[in-house]
Amino acid sequence: MSLQLKNVGITQGKEMILEDISYDFEPGIIYVLMGRTSSGKTSLMRAIAGLIDLTDGEMFFNGVDFETVPTWRRDTAMVYQQFINYPNRTVLQNVAFPLQMAGMKRAEANEKALEIIKMVGLSDFVDRKPGELSGGQQQRVAIARALIRNANILLLDEPLMNLDYKLREQLREEFRDLFTTSQDSITLYATTEPSEALLIGDELLVLHEGRIIQHGKPAYVFEHPNSVTVAQIVNEPPMSILSARISNGTLSIGDYLKSSTPAHLAGVPDGEYQAGIRASELTIGVEGDMNEQGVVDLVEVSGSETFIYLNTPAGYTIVQEEGIHEHHVGDTLGVSILPERVFLFSLSGELIVAPGN
Amino acid sequence: MSKILKYAFIAFWTMFVLVPLSWALVTSFKTPAAVNQGATFIPWVEFDPTLDGWKDILGISGYANLLPNMFNSMIITFFASLISVTLGGLAAYGLSRFRYGWKYYSNSDIIFFFIAQRILPPVVLAIPFFLLLRTFNLLDTHLGLILVLTSGLMPIVVWLMVDFFNQIPKEIDEMAMLEGCNPFVAFRKTILPLSKPGIAISAIFCVIFGWNDLFFALVLTFTNVKTLPAAVVALNGTVTPFWTLAASAIFSVLPLIGFVFIVERYLSKGGFTGAVR
Repeated sequence: MSLQLKNVGITQGKEMILEDISYDFEPGIIYVLMGRTSSGKTSLMRAIAGLIDLTDGEMFFNGVDFETVPTWRRDTAMVYQQFINYPNRTVLQNVAFPLQMAGMKRAEANEKALEIIKMVGLSDFVDRKPGELSGGQQQRVAIARALIRNANILLLDEPLMNLDYKLREQLREEFRDLFTTSQDSITLYATTEPSEALLIGDELLVLHEGRIIQHGKPAYVFEHPNSVTVAQIVNEPPMSILSARISNGTLSIGDYLKSSTPAHLAGVPDGEYQAGIRASELTIGVEGDMNEQGVVDLVEVSGSETFIYLNTPAGYTIVQEEGIHEHHVGDTLGVSILPERVFLFSLSGELIVAPGN
Repeated sequence: MSKILKYAFIAFWTMFVLVPLSWALVTSFKTPAAVNQGATFIPWVEFDPTLDGWKDILGISGYANLLPNMFNSMIITFFASLISVTLGGLAAYGLSRFRYGWKYYSNSDIIFFFIAQRILPPVVLAIPFFLLLRTFNLLDTHLGLILVLTSGLMPIVVWLMVDFFNQIPKEIDEMAMLEGCNPFVAFRKTILPLSKPGIAISAIFCVIFGWNDLFFALVLTFTNVKTLPAAVVALNGTVTPFWTLAASAIFSVLPLIGFVFIVERYLSKGGFTGAVR
């Protein structure tokens, strides 16, 4: 079983939604589609499901032109980011519905539905209607409906997006187990969150402005983003991209950060570059350090971490500090980096060297 | 204070609606003497009730028989409403879910064209409808009046139901299709059950307008297919006593009241809660 996309493109009016997407999807692998909002993740899934038509390219499923197959015969299951359920049916009726539509007798469908409902932890709610459930429970119903048919293609469009933080964490851990039970399915999972991609994905496809701009094993893509754009998409908060120069064995970032060229940049010729640094690898410097000076633009405290957004002469810089720290907008702070953790990009944005290379 | 005002207004309005109805109901059971006594309302206490008025309209006394007219009204209203709700509902679903149009004209224009038919006063349509029905030998037939009423009722259904279908998330249709339903089955299995309140509202409107139609009934039907409103008006023009007229008025609204009581249970709110978060 395979799903082949060949130069797939979708244009709506004058707007290009997807462009030149070519990829072969195989069963038993969880493909994570990652990209910013409007990058084309949902459109790609809807095209695979047959809910929107291709304007360019071809799509084949097991060699059959998929465009000739209507949505209801594609054997595709989808979980939306909004939790879609039938409001007039109970949990049991919702989950059994796809099987009944496939011709299974009610008693048999209900029996199978109860198994899946148990798997998603909703056994105590079988007779409730979706409106009587919490957001997380509603999404579990939607997931149960998607899983019950063991469909050929399983599409999960940011299924955790509308859930609160704790529930998201909990479901994220359960997902891997839930979806590996569908070994026979081609599974696509769309997300904007890097941590989700790393935890759930076997293969990562990074989408930007309707194109796949990089794909590979999630860990590899994280460690070797092929461009500034990918580096910013796969890092949360986005990687800081600062102006850098290599000259006579010295790496200079901005006006003040200078160090001897680290080992991984040894072979790079002298010139102007862009340095990419993860927020977690920047630190607020103490007095006496060789610091780049920046003015605090925004401070976010998230759980046990503090994110500090600074304007520095080298560029907009985001620093992630462990613990809760008190900084104020307008404060001037020094920022230090670990030179050996610098990603080096050309001025046009292509990766030259990643740390550890 | 605002609560007191609210309840005072509701009480006033209830009285405004119920007093004429109850007055007619009471009058329908009065004797000529009781009617002439003035405003009396409590049977067996203020007056002795009688069924004379009802006997007059049910063909028992030989004065008049409104039962065949009621039967005509029922047939015409039922089929005109059924056709309007069925075809109008399907049209509304199409207009809600798919895009039709040509050049600058789109779905909203089509919906306006539907409702624009209601802007024309019925008198403008009387002669064209008369000639049309005469051409097809449908004057003074159930079918003729059903078709004419349908042309007036269907726009109301389309107008009401488009708005209703627009409130049902399109993702429900998509989900049903993903789960193996073709568009028609998706409509029947998922959208239709969710549409009961909209269908009920449309049906109530159709039945009320259809049942109460007098103008087209007078112009397009004569003796074979006389509807209840036309028959009641005909009674009015004669020397029919008050108590019989009162009985005929109550008799003509009874089916409507019964229908609304039956359909009211489908007018539930919050039907889409839990459909999409």
